[in-house]
Amino acid sequence: MLQIKNLHANIEGKEILRGINLTVNAGEVHAIMGPNGSGKSTLANVLAGSENYEVTEGEVILEGKNLLDLSIEDRAREGVFLAFQYPVEIPGISNATFLKTAIDEIRKYNNLTELTPKQFLDLMKEKASILGMDEKLLSRAVNQGFSGGEKKRNEILQLLMLNPKLALLDETDSGLDIDALKVVSSGVNVFKNPNNAVILVTHYQRLLSYIIPDFVHVLYKGRIIKSGTKELALELEEKGYDWIKDDIDLVEEAKA
Amino acid sequence: MENSLNKGLKEYLVENFDTYYNNLNGLSETFFGEAKKEYYEELKSSDFPTLKTEKWKYTNLNEIVKENFIPATLNKTIEIFDDLSNNFLLKSTESIKLVFVNGIFEEKFSDLSKVPDGIIIKNLSSALKENKKLVEVHLNNILKDKSLFNTINNVYANDGLFVYIPKNKVLEIPVQILHVTGNKESKVMSVPRNLIFADSNSEISIVVNYKGISENSYLMNALTEVFLDSDARVNVYTVQDENESSFHIENTVVYQLKNSNYSNYTFTFGGKITRNDLSSSLQGENIETHFYGLSLGKGEEHIDNHTFVEHAKPNCMSNELYKSILDDKSHGVFAGKILVDKDAQKTNAYQSNKTVLLSKEAKIDTKPQLEIFADDVKCSHGATVGQLDSNALFYIKTRGIGEDTAKSMLIRAFAADVIENVKIDELRDLLNHKIFEHLQKVEI
Repeated sequence: MLQIKNLHANIEGKEILRGINLTVNAGEVHAIMGPNGSGKSTLANVLAGSENYEVTEGEVILEGKNLLDLSIEDRAREGVFLAFQYPVEIPGISNATFLKTAIDEIRKYNNLTELTPKQFLDLMKEKASILGMDEKLLSRAVNQGFSGGEKKRNEILQLLMLNPKLALLDETDSGLDIDALKVVSSGVNVFKNPNNAVILVTHYQRLLSYIIPDFVHVLYKGRIIKSGTKELALELEEKGYDWIKDDIDLVEEAKA
Repeated sequence: MENSLNKGLKEYLVENFDTYYNNLNGLSETFFGEAKKEYYEELKSSDFPTLKTEKWKYTNLNEIVKENFIPATLNKTIEIFDDLSNNFLLKSTESIKLVFVNGIFEEKFSDLSKVPDGIIIKNLSSALKENKKLVEVHLNNILKDKSLFNTINNVYANDGLFVYIPKNKVLEIPVQILHVTGNKESKVMSVPRNLIFADSNSEISIVVNYKGISENSYLMNALTEVFLDSDARVNVYTVQDENESSFHIENTVVYQLKNSNYSNYTFTFGGKITRNDLSSSLQGENIETHFYGLSLGKGEEHIDNHTFVEHAKPNCMSNELYKSILDDKSHGVFAGKILVDKDAQKTNAYQSNKTVLLSKEAKIDTKPQLEIFADDVKCSHGATVGQLDSNALFYIKTRGIGEDTAKSMLIRAFAADVIENVKIDELRDLLNHKIFEHLQKVEI
């Protein structure tokens, strides 16, 4: 489904991604782990099209299309979804209006008719109930005055509503208590199916107890330095990142 | 009647006074008519402000000052319009409706049938004859500023809105005022004069819509006095949709007694130059005053809001929130003065002016002015200027929403805390819709 080839990206001239290679097949869950500042969030944001970064090299192919040629909104319409680490508050626009607008624009792009208000409301109620969200939150302005947990839950509601091919979850577990973590994870597990894929960016292993990854990758200094299965995450939890980092740092020092 | 020689607006208005005065008919016997000669002397001896006048330093009046705008009261060249009774802003909200064409009341398009017994809502020229005492006590009672625009209004105005709400009366439905301005053949000046008197513990809401009809340039020179007796509650909503070649000069002067609550909302959507002066004098304890403003500027529009709040007595609260969204080469001005007299202890006075600039050539001048002579007060003012939040724009676009819609959502979000304070549901929805409509016309 997704092939990332030799992806390089800068922010303000500083290279953050230094040649990422990753293939994600439909039906898979990949976890991207790594110490702070390794480029995990950058990867998720670059895939979604953030203009804060400049892609200097590489390709990102989603089902045959190079995402890097597409605008942010067209990537979303092609099936990319980014759940934000810090979701944005939009006063004056209700959650329902926001989601209806998004769904209709995505459907229009894919030559589908708009949802009727009834279809839309039924869908939203169904998805909200999966996440145990109060219906009042749906008529409230997007994320305005939401607690940290409510904001993350709202991101997962959007994920379920927009039903993308590729879900990028950027530190979705950060700032969540255990109950909220369980709800958010169960939402992601409901989303998962053989035709879509999930990339989880996370610093900690605990999310991976609820969303079981097929693959775990360690990102460090803008490169994937180690890949494995879910056991790797447990090993990282136990030993920390230093044992892998040291190897890389030694190699880099030797080169210098 | 139009002079071929263009001496400028003031000279033109001076020269034509006799013609106007001799045709006042029944009005010349009213006290306002009798005072016209006095105002005429003021007119002769005053001048238009210039960029050197402190209160006008951001607003260039050259285009107005040199033009012979014909007061509609001097030469009643009213065009025949189609039925205007369907042009009111609020369609589904039950209301009392008054239409003014070039500042002059048009009875046939108005609907006063829902005015309850005891409440007086009519046009000023009728009130001058029928409610002499009430008008005489209050007209020009609170207005102190003798600026030339006020004087011109005093000289040439003889119609407008008159409202009297007696003690303890609550008007449940809003009053809608539609000002239709413009004339195909000539450049016209509309000089509406409005007087609103809310007696103790009464309540009223008024929605005023200014609408340009012809493409020809015109000058709107509106003057409103609002008097709130103790415990009165008054809301005035003004929606300015003047045409893009026209000028809107509006002055609203408010006077409040104890426990009264006044809210004013100014929405500016169109007009070449718009200048709104809004002031309130808080002359009792426990008064609340709210001024809200939202301006959407495009092209080369100039939108200037000047406010003045005088806290004269203790324990009062005033709150001002003015927001602007400026595109192209539009220019916004906000100057807000707060005066806290030495008796006005425990005053709470807040003022905020926030602007989003959508283009590099748009600009805002903002000038807060606090004069505080009491020592136990809470006063704050703040101004911010910025672009649309790029992170928020990114967020919205990652949901598949295109650039234009994403921007208009953020603009609506920016305007939300002004719009949310509108207490009439239909008006709130309509304003949200107008913002979207406005944004579709400008390229964002």
